[in-house]
Amino acid sequence: MSSSIVVKPRHETPRIKQRKRQVSTLPLVAPSMIALLLWMIVPLAMTVWFAFQRYNLLNPDVREFIGIENFTFILTDPGFWSSIVTTVVLVGAVLAITIGLGTLLAVLFDQDFFGQGIARVLAISPFFVMPTVSALIWKNMLMHPVNGLFAQITTGLGLGAIDWFADFPLLAIIIIVSWEWLPFALLILLTAIQSLDREQLEAARMDGANPVALFRFVMLPHLSRAIAVVAMIETIFFLTIFAEIFVTTGGGSGLATTNLAYYIFLKALLEFDVGGASAGGLIAVIIANIVAIFLMRSVARNLDT
Amino acid sequence: MASNSRRWLFTLLGWLVACILFFPIFWMFLTSFKTEVAAVATPPQLFFQPTLENYVAIEARADYFNYAFNSVAVSLGSTILALLLAIPAAYAMAFFPTKRTKGTLLWMLSTKMLPPVGVLVPIYILSRNFGLLDTRIGLIVIYTLINLPIVVWMIYSFFKEVPKEILEADRMDGATTQQELVHVLLPLALPGIASTALLAIILSWNEAFWSLNLTTANAAPLTAFIASFSSPQGLFWAKLSAASTMAIAPILIFGWFSQRQLVRGLTFGAVK
Repeated sequence: MSSSIVVKPRHETPRIKQRKRQVSTLPLVAPSMIALLLWMIVPLAMTVWFAFQRYNLLNPDVREFIGIENFTFILTDPGFWSSIVTTVVLVGAVLAITIGLGTLLAVLFDQDFFGQGIARVLAISPFFVMPTVSALIWKNMLMHPVNGLFAQITTGLGLGAIDWFADFPLLAIIIIVSWEWLPFALLILLTAIQSLDREQLEAARMDGANPVALFRFVMLPHLSRAIAVVAMIETIFFLTIFAEIFVTTGGGSGLATTNLAYYIFLKALLEFDVGGASAGGLIAVIIANIVAIFLMRSVARNLDT
Repeated sequence: MASNSRRWLFTLLGWLVACILFFPIFWMFLTSFKTEVAAVATPPQLFFQPTLENYVAIEARADYFNYAFNSVAVSLGSTILALLLAIPAAYAMAFFPTKRTKGTLLWMLSTKMLPPVGVLVPIYILSRNFGLLDTRIGLIVIYTLINLPIVVWMIYSFFKEVPKEILEADRMDGATTQQELVHVLLPLALPGIASTALLAIILSWNEAFWSLNLTTANAAPLTAFIASFSSPQGLFWAKLSAASTMAIAPILIFGWFSQRQLVRGLTFGAVK
């Protein structure tokens, strides 16, 4: 695969001609830009507006400006802070699992072995399963405390069954999300490894580097950018994990699996507290933007337009 | 000799990992051919008399086709709309870059960073006020906007690979922008556009946040339909498995064939 973003030296076109064509390109870009501008600004402006109001859909007539009350309410709600902790644990754990295991598996799948192509296709399959399906398979067929496969195996071994969603709900969510996203990390990191210069590897091997040293000093540095990209993209998705929680635990037990996304969902569509949900949403936007700054920077470095 | 045993070791390890990761999907597929009794049997049955009754039952639930139709309509609709918006924009940016092009591309990408929950309330209220709640049009519009940045980026990167000389030769012959776009560029970039479309379809097909929050019955796609099985009274494992198999099969096969392009699309070209 040749590079897609890096621009090769362009065939020079006469200046005047190019300028004349330039004018006509604005109508081509405009529809996309306007659509995205509206998509970004309108809801965001509304969110900011609602965040400073008392506004509950159950009682929409009582609607007034209340300043930062929604924010103070949210920020003093123990449920909110618990949801932040849950979000951080969830994101951190799944990142560690998918990137750690993903790197090892990428190295494994880079080796030449029998049926490698088919094995790789099988291994990346979970990524294509819709979140609601994967959540339900894991919940009912694997982690179910009575009839789930895991319970049947552990009781068969005389170990007793684990009631995953009652006893370790967050761990159960972490396992499900890791299963969905490990293939993503594997796919990206494998592609990155395969772009590693084989001669460089050979040279290091000639110099007597053992496999561990090869991995540590040749492969890992080469992978660092890909790992950064995977981490950033996964973080963006993991900050707003929703369907898996919606389908399995509903945020429970208690608040054990209520992450920020689910907390705002509860506020908005179950309590109909538009003001509170908007304040929470704004905080989510701010957190995501802090993360996004790093992502944009790493992508921008790759763009030489 | 040593390299041969090494190869066997990697074969064993690689297949072990592949089987573990694929197992939940395999198990779901297997369960979809069991009777409800066999599906929950202890010990779990690996060998059984396969039956198609679950598929028949799911098909008989008349609304299954409604959900499937919604998934197809929404995925295809939003993909086509996104392509119509993105192709001209990507064309302009790839072939007539200005100082602002890089900034524009990055800005478009940055709209992907907007967390859905942050704008859930306004989108919900807007959809309600415009009568778009629980409609296919509403979902199509949202999925188009969600996917548009990725679609622009991918097509942009494919257009970048088209040799400029071809277009220039054509322009010398007096072709208009439109002719150039339709008759020269599109045929050349068709494989790239096809794989972009594939990715957009996959992303729309599996999208769960907006479909769960903005649809109830009329426009609910398969993601929402499957979620309806999570209620305790809806727990029929074999039927759930059959429905799930039908819901993921097309996308799984799409995904298998488009893995290479997916890497580019999912990392916006940052990893090659």
